[in-house]
Amino acid sequence: MPARDILVYPDERLKYESMEVESFDDELQEFIMDLEASRCAGPGAVGIAAPQVGRLQRIVIVDVSAMRKSVPNHGHLVLINPVIAEWEGHEIGREGCLSVPDFTGNVIRAQRIRLQAQDPHGELCEFEMQGFEARAVQHEIDHLDGLLFLDRVVSRRTDIFRRKVYKK
Amino acid sequence: MSQWYMLTLVGQDRPGIVSQLTQVLYEAGCNLGEASMIRLAGNFTTMLMVHSALPQRDLESLLKPLADRLDVRLHVDAIAGSLHDHPASDVRITVYGADRAGIVARVTSALAEAGFNILDLESTVGGNEQSPIYMMYIEGQAAQGLDELRDAVRPLADEDIDITIEAVDIMVG
Repeated sequence: MPARDILVYPDERLKYESMEVESFDDELQEFIMDLEASRCAGPGAVGIAAPQVGRLQRIVIVDVSAMRKSVPNHGHLVLINPVIAEWEGHEIGREGCLSVPDFTGNVIRAQRIRLQAQDPHGELCEFEMQGFEARAVQHEIDHLDGLLFLDRVVSRRTDIFRRKVYKK
Repeated sequence: MSQWYMLTLVGQDRPGIVSQLTQVLYEAGCNLGEASMIRLAGNFTTMLMVHSALPQRDLESLLKPLADRLDVRLHVDAIAGSLHDHPASDVRITVYGADRAGIVARVTSALAEAGFNILDLESTVGGNEQSPIYMMYIEGQAAQGLDELRDAVRPLADEDIDITIEAVDIMVG
């Protein structure tokens, strides 16, 4: 399970749209192991998408179960051909990316999503997600569509009173 | 040998300050790094990292005619440090209250005593002349944790200063 090199911006492959996975064969299983090794080799990454290692296919891994502060999660997820079927609410959160070193920025994401995907063997699955895990999935799916969080960063200045202070 | 300078500029705001400043630097072979530029009251203010092979005196001479023409104060210092050195903030703090002398000193003293290091601070005064509102947004690193910070600022909340302290969780993907 060798970790593969992470592509970093401005590598143009990060801007391409990825293709659907059609074949759930042994080669895919091996790639998934490599992708996981690549995620774990990065500094504190909770997710990774196949295009980040140069494979333009709709494969992502997300695992927010090992956070310092625990958050609602579905454990270690390998998501093939993931699609967000529904989303609700929005919130600002800080993101970074293995493909964009030494930079973090605020991004608006849906608070809750209903996600449909296939598992590594092609079985359909569905998840209701919220918060940090939903954010990670949205960030990774963006990679599959050739988008980086840089495309969505909002100003830090907008952080002032951006929170739920209104509900006090 | 090239090295980094910190260029500071302050002057009455008008269109074209940034473009003229950066054009002169570009034509002199300088490379720009990180910058903070904002209008404070009627003044345009700039802190700009400039990488240049020119000695400080030459850089100053180069910029002097521009500063005179734009009627801005301009200052250059050689600095240590380089790019690609962003410690990540783990705490954000918002402060607001009726404006009065001492808010910043009291809040930041309490935070410093609790081991907080400020990496980014922005503040402004809103409201109107009768009822000015002081607002401050701070990011930084809490060496001793959030609870320490919250305890440290608790006495200030009694003084009608609203302080919110939150962890910044960075999602890396």
